[in-house]
Amino acid sequence: MTVGLVKHIIRFVLLILLQVWVLDNVSLGGFVIPYAYVLFVLLLPFNINKSLMLIIAFFTGLIMDFFGNTLGLHAASLVLMAFARPAVLNFYFPRIETQPGDEPGINKLGMGGFIKYAFSLILIFQIALTFLEVFTFHHFFALIWQSVLGAFATTFVVLLLELLFARRNKRRLQ
Amino acid sequence: MRNLLLFLVKHQFVVLFLILEITAFILLSHSFSYQRSLTFNAANDLTGNLLKTSANVSDYFKLSEENQQLLAENATLRDMLPDRQPLVDSNQYSPDSIYSYIPARVIRNTVNHHDNFILLNKGKAEGVTKETGVLSPQGVAGIIIGVSEHYSIAMSLLNQHAKISARIKKDNQLVNVIWDEDNFRDGTVVDIPSHLNLESGDTVVTSGNSFIFPGGINLGTIVSYQKSENRSLNRAVLRFSTDFNSLHYVYLVKNLRKHEQEKLLEEAEAQ
Repeated sequence: MTVGLVKHIIRFVLLILLQVWVLDNVSLGGFVIPYAYVLFVLLLPFNINKSLMLIIAFFTGLIMDFFGNTLGLHAASLVLMAFARPAVLNFYFPRIETQPGDEPGINKLGMGGFIKYAFSLILIFQIALTFLEVFTFHHFFALIWQSVLGAFATTFVVLLLELLFARRNKRRLQ
Repeated sequence: MRNLLLFLVKHQFVVLFLILEITAFILLSHSFSYQRSLTFNAANDLTGNLLKTSANVSDYFKLSEENQQLLAENATLRDMLPDRQPLVDSNQYSPDSIYSYIPARVIRNTVNHHDNFILLNKGKAEGVTKETGVLSPQGVAGIIIGVSEHYSIAMSLLNQHAKISARIKKDNQLVNVIWDEDNFRDGTVVDIPSHLNLESGDTVVTSGNSFIFPGGINLGTIVSYQKSENRSLNRAVLRFSTDFNSLHYVYLVKNLRKHEQEKLLEEAEAQ
């Protein structure tokens, strides 16, 4: 239990630092930024209390907002993503068997399963983020396109990081 | 009452979701208006220190580029020296003693959001106040909207809420400059009177009408101008003279008589 908690806290700090120091300075084609820190919420254990997860998502988003000077923007988007998480997991993996502490990562869902799961939630996050940032439906299709591109970029970086995390976990088991 | 409590506990996931979203939206709506963002102090020392660490590292990679910019600026300043230019245009180069300049370093700067901000390493301790102008070596960069003890945060020109009073250099006509483009190199000149004929390459400078910037500071050059038949005020695309993507060292320009000027204006308007 405590080992799991420490692991999540370390992962949280690493992801926030990676986001602020590196990824926020990356911008592909002008407007596309990979927001890989959302991996932290994606990898919270299956059996976590759902309300606790919402609160964690809210404060994680708020911390990003402090760095980006966008108070409320990431918090609102990440809470929406966390809200959708149980439904998305249930939709793709209705009969999955889990132990307490298991995470919805590559080890548990498999490569294809993880990509489906991560991309769906990241797309929800990116659409919310893009539309809330400009707060208009004026350029609807341009904004949708921007969200999809952002979701691809984020999923790509999330996948790389998860491969890194998952490999380390496996090595520890051996 | 008991039923209500039971209902809330049963649906706590949804209820909590709604509460958190509403909180986030209230925070978000506050950060929308420019006036409120002036009161909200985003430049806090903790995030400032953390971001400075990464700025320290990236400094080394920018040294050669920085040298080039400083050399170019030196050259411009040297051109202004009296012996090189005996006929000084008194409008432009009169030593405006009411402005004082503070050099500062950019710790964090974005160009790819719809509202971009610049975090700087000078704050209250160095005499920075809200609504201080930020100048890059090439021209206008932004306006300070928040200060903490050792840091300040500026609204970049690349911000939906930025609007700068400007004039066309060749005929001194007043216009406004905003940013509604999807890229960090171009802005928009609005409120151009229809009788004006602009050509690409025309220079746009600050008007000096606001109390923030001195007049005659470069904003950029006109890239394209399309006159419309049925409108009285036209728009043109402006190429910013400041390269926001390589912004590194800036000057904060402080109007020492701003308070006095504003007070006088208020009195006149009150009458």
